Amino acid sequence: MSVGALKTPDPRAVTRAGAGAATAGATTVTAAGENLVDVQNLVKYFPITGGVLSRVVGYVKAVDGVSFFIRKGETFGLVGESGCGKTTMGRTILQLEEPTSGKVYFEGRDVGALSKEEMRRLRREMQVIFQDPYASLNPRMTVGDIVGEPLEIHGVATGKKKEERVRDLLDVVGLASYHINRYPHEFSGGQRQRIGIARALALHPKLIVCDEPVSALDVSIQSQILNLLEELQEDFNLTYLFVAHNLSVVKHISDRIGVMYLGKIVEMTSEEELFKNARHPYTEALLSAVPVAKPTLVRQRIVLEGDVPSPVKPPSGCRFHTRCWLAQDVCKTKEPEWRECAPDHWVACHLR
Amino acid sequence: MAERLLEVKDLKTYFYTAEGVVPAVDGVTYHVDKGETLGIVGESGCGKSVTSLSVMRLIPNPPGRIVGGQILFEGESVLDKSEADMRKIRGNHMSMIFQEPMTSLNPVYTIGDQISEAIRLHQGLNRQDAMAKAVDMLRLVGIPLPERRVNEYPHQLSGGMRQRGMIAMALSCNPKLLIADEPTTALDVTIQAQVLELMKRLKQEMGMAIMLITHDLGVIAEMAQRVVVMYAGKIVEEGDVVSIFENPLHPYTDGLLKSIPQLDTGKGKLHVINGIVPNPLHMPKGCRFNPRCPQATDLCKEKEPVFTQVAPTRYVACWLRAQEGLTKEVAS
Repeated sequence: MSVGALKTPDPRAVTRAGAGAATAGATTVTAAGENLVDVQNLVKYFPITGGVLSRVVGYVKAVDGVSFFIRKGETFGLVGESGCGKTTMGRTILQLEEPTSGKVYFEGRDVGALSKEEMRRLRREMQVIFQDPYASLNPRMTVGDIVGEPLEIHGVATGKKKEERVRDLLDVVGLASYHINRYPHEFSGGQRQRIGIARALALHPKLIVCDEPVSALDVSIQSQILNLLEELQEDFNLTYLFVAHNLSVVKHISDRIGVMYLGKIVEMTSEEELFKNARHPYTEALLSAVPVAKPTLVRQRIVLEGDVPSPVKPPSGCRFHTRCWLAQDVCKTKEPEWRECAPDHWVACHLR
Repeated sequence: MAERLLEVKDLKTYFYTAEGVVPAVDGVTYHVDKGETLGIVGESGCGKSVTSLSVMRLIPNPPGRIVGGQILFEGESVLDKSEADMRKIRGNHMSMIFQEPMTSLNPVYTIGDQISEAIRLHQGLNRQDAMAKAVDMLRLVGIPLPERRVNEYPHQLSGGMRQRGMIAMALSCNPKLLIADEPTTALDVTIQAQVLELMKRLKQEMGMAIMLITHDLGVIAEMAQRVVVMYAGKIVEEGDVVSIFENPLHPYTDGLLKSIPQLDTGKGKLHVINGIVPNPLHMPKGCRFNPRCPQATDLCKEKEPVFTQVAPTRYVACWLRAQEGLTKEVAS
């Protein structure tokens, strides 16, 4: 890994959410050869409207100043609890949500500055696999139509050629080519997820955002899909952004991991380092909370008190201070800086 | 010898649907001793929830019906009780917490109303005393400011607090048996840890038995003393928690344990159980796991395996293991 890659997300840009937007343009040093995706100081607020005039009365701060990067060919895992903003982050990178501020660079290009036509072409390169294989497939379309649709929309293939490509894709994801004329309801959950994967692969994307791809599946099916995703990554040179709440799954599949809490990434490092040397107290608590399938294992569990605060009014200073057992006065008033505490290990905590 | 609290013998619960008969639970035998935690694991559709609903006699009829077997609670047959007697048992001697706390609480009543309803019904307290007990229960399950929370509606509480509210309701009459059906599945990891710790603490303080139903093997390992593994309406294996996890006998249990990514396992391919769970309308002949079993023999395809005791606390329904176990026992 080159040093250039590590430098890319500028730590200074993250210290203040608002100030970052202005400086982002000036600090763009994109090592295009290394990073597929560069996210700089990304902010996404959703307005809350109220009253008879539907005036904006507040904002849900779903993603609130996040910087990270995804290297070519790696799997970047994003973990966090419900409502921490991990799904919004994935959607904003894909430009399915327009960011409130901040930049997303894809292969060095500022995605936000692209024209509509350029964006349309870029969409081929980034695809998504959704959580719920029951809800993300149109029940009135055959498998052939579902998987072939992107080919047609982007004018890649039609007619016989399209059908041929669809059959190939079904084969690649472990379905049979005679499935082409069947409807989603004829398949089990695991098979449906394979259909979703085939559709995502249709246009030879470089990046696939996997949004909780296995959490709706049974344990014995989950491992089939995880293995498939790993095989495909090798065969097609894919880069994954893997969004999930299950730490064991994220650990298994990821090269690097970012831990999110209330719209911020609080820690980011390689999978090994995170599980050996977690620095942020939230990461520590999260790791210790995972139930382990070893009845003889005795371990000290950190049980956090209380619930995750509302993203509408996140706590001042460090957002985790209301539940942190180490919190000091400084944590309540000053937001911790996003810094590289060890090579390739980033953390936002005053104390660690 | 521990005292039996619940005994289920050869229970059969079938659902009569338009497409045919679904044998959701098909000849299941197990027991729960006083004060212990029994874990029931299995994947969706294996019959683990139907088993527990049968014990409470909450199977919707039609389409479901208990067509065979016996359920003994403290030695008395649950299936022979009148509906009025059942109402005295439910929520009083045995109670249940469900997976989804939002849908199992009534949105138009305050949490206090819902807890005190059970207390007034079963313990004959008046409204005021029942409310005071409800506040005590909320405090017991660790809800901050219980005096205020007791007057709030379910939508005002967070997911973790709702599940605590459910637990408070289930425990308000000191039940002897708590049936917890996926109690933490809808919760986040850190909240799950809180609820599991709470259940452990309350079990110790109140001396009740817990029947814990979940698909999460990690939760089972941390909570249960004994484990029952279900597959396609049958129990395939039973044993104490340590031997189930360290020395699984049934190929299904073995495959399941190997296929979950663990925090301490390395990279590389995960173990895979090939195929999918059978359609309950067309159960395979012989052992129901045989189409997915890597070791299946001709016998497995023909004849259903017998649930056999292979060690003092171990039972397994597998032709291969039963023979091995029996020969081992003879040898020793």
